[in-house]
Amino acid sequence: MIDKLTTLTTLFAAAALVAAAPQAPAPQKPPDIAVTLTGENGQPPRLAVPQFIAITKDAETQAIAKTITDVLFDDLTFEREYALIPRDTYATIPAATSFTDVPIDRWRELNADYVVVGTVQKMPTGIQIQVRLLAARDRSQAFGKEYSGSSANPRIYAHTISDELHALRGVRGIARTKIAFASDRDGERLGGTIEQRTVQEVYMEDYDGEGARRLTVNRTLNITPRWSPDGRSLAYTSYRRGGPNIFIQNIYEGTNSDLTKDGASYLPAWSPDGTRIAFMSTHDGNPELYVANRDGSNVRRITNNPAIDEAPTWSPAGNQIAFVSDRTGSPQVYIVNADGTGLQRLTTAESYADKPTWSPAPNSEIAFSSRNGPGSDIKVINLATRMIRQLTFGEGTNESPTWAPNGRHLAFVSTRAGKNQIFTISADGKNLRQITKVGNNKFPDWSN
Amino acid sequence: MTTRLTIVSTLLLAALVTACGKKNPPIARPTPPPPPAAAAANPARPPAPPEPVPEPTVVPPVPVPNDTVASASLDDLNRNSPLMPVFFELDSAELSPVAQMSLKEDAELLKRNASWAVTIEGHCDERGTAEYNLALGERRAVAARAYLVSLGISADRLKTVSYGKEFPFDAGHDEAAYQKNRRAHFVITAK
Repeated sequence: MIDKLTTLTTLFAAAALVAAAPQAPAPQKPPDIAVTLTGENGQPPRLAVPQFIAITKDAETQAIAKTITDVLFDDLTFEREYALIPRDTYATIPAATSFTDVPIDRWRELNADYVVVGTVQKMPTGIQIQVRLLAARDRSQAFGKEYSGSSANPRIYAHTISDELHALRGVRGIARTKIAFASDRDGERLGGTIEQRTVQEVYMEDYDGEGARRLTVNRTLNITPRWSPDGRSLAYTSYRRGGPNIFIQNIYEGTNSDLTKDGASYLPAWSPDGTRIAFMSTHDGNPELYVANRDGSNVRRITNNPAIDEAPTWSPAGNQIAFVSDRTGSPQVYIVNADGTGLQRLTTAESYADKPTWSPAPNSEIAFSSRNGPGSDIKVINLATRMIRQLTFGEGTNESPTWAPNGRHLAFVSTRAGKNQIFTISADGKNLRQITKVGNNKFPDWSN
Repeated sequence: MTTRLTIVSTLLLAALVTACGKKNPPIARPTPPPPPAAAAANPARPPAPPEPVPEPTVVPPVPVPNDTVASASLDDLNRNSPLMPVFFELDSAELSPVAQMSLKEDAELLKRNASWAVTIEGHCDERGTAEYNLALGERRAVAARAYLVSLGISADRLKTVSYGKEFPFDAGHDEAAYQKNRRAHFVITAK
């Protein structure tokens, strides 16, 4: 209630051009996953997630059980498709030792609709996890699965289970997705120039900020990384050969290729089928948009205007590209067919709009950075209604949005915590989380 | 590869456990009663083998060889910024009269040192968004280059590059700092 009131008040206080109160997006329902789990009156089911049971009693297994439980709880909290029963109320409920002695009546007393019960067992080859979703009403099993693998990263089991539980809600889970970004956290300086310039390298981390790892050691500026749709490659802008070019790194194969060689190319964007990349280049004299095959062949120009044309993003169907042009005097978002025909202007009420990101289907929305005083804020425009909602309100400057693959969250860069850091926020403007902390972190891109 | 290995080893393990049936008895997998609701996720059937959870391993990146020729004398030359930078208004790549005067002097210096090759860097202040500023920096560098070419400097001596707002000259957050950062900056890359 209070949340809604604060949001509405803030909106009215903001620029008059902002339209009605933010509307929460309809939950993603991929056509092949039906909603099989609901709570009372269609509400989110109330879910308890007690500590996973360590079948083997050693310290490592117990630590793994705790990690999986904690991460699963966080993953489920993030998506807000289950009403999580707070863990501080679990203290009085005796811990189960197996699937057969779960005190289901006690969970029912806590008002749970369902209980997640899990076991962890150390195996010679790693670990085995079993998980069941039991209905509190009658102990019936709504879901059950076993997993096996390495014990090196227990979080992956929690993320996998979370995605499964969200499938039951008809929602595509994103717990296993990654965020690529550029960071100067290693503090390396560019050599051979007069000014002290800190390089940026490409990194990736889990959507929740864990497991950050460095992906380039190019010792120069490496920015604007973009995930290929299959999540196995990153295209990025790098100055490793002097002028900026777009490189493609196949991160699980350890191979690279060049997309461009003109030393004047920036801002790659993969088509949804992964076969083409759109980008900006000035090799014809001013910043224009081009599309090339992923091997760099068949480069074709799709804008033709002395103005700046930059920051492409593809539609989910792969037939249109949204981008930014300042042909009317200030940067605005446009949409064009992938062959360069059918240009139409999208933003008309912004003084300055940049870095559009096209939401995945079935939502039909584009998020972008919008100038707001000295800085920027994140806005979302609905393509059908052309209504705009605002997600940030001048807390530092906020830019470079990127959609999560289920269209329910965005990652973006904000200076609200001091330096440039990456935050995630839900599409309704709630649930803000900081997911980088060290150094300056920019140009996020959310994997499929 | 790893997946197949995991499935095979899991199945072997399952077979071993079943055969020996000692310390870790097979975990009971009771067949659930048919759930009352339509949500029948697990009808009575033999339990599936454990699903492997692979996590692909990133191949560690190879450091790129440092192929820029370290040249102390070029660094010395550039340290004094012999070629004057030119400065711009916010969001603009227009050359002011002052900028044009600076470029005229730069052109003279370039004519006197006909062997110099130069990279013109376009820079922006921290306001404005990172992506547009990459393009604006290009515009600024290209504008400076075009003017120098119009003054008779050969185009192939002049490369352009944009750093957007990524390499500010002054890390401050006031107009004095911003004004220093909105520039085309000249680096001699060969002499």
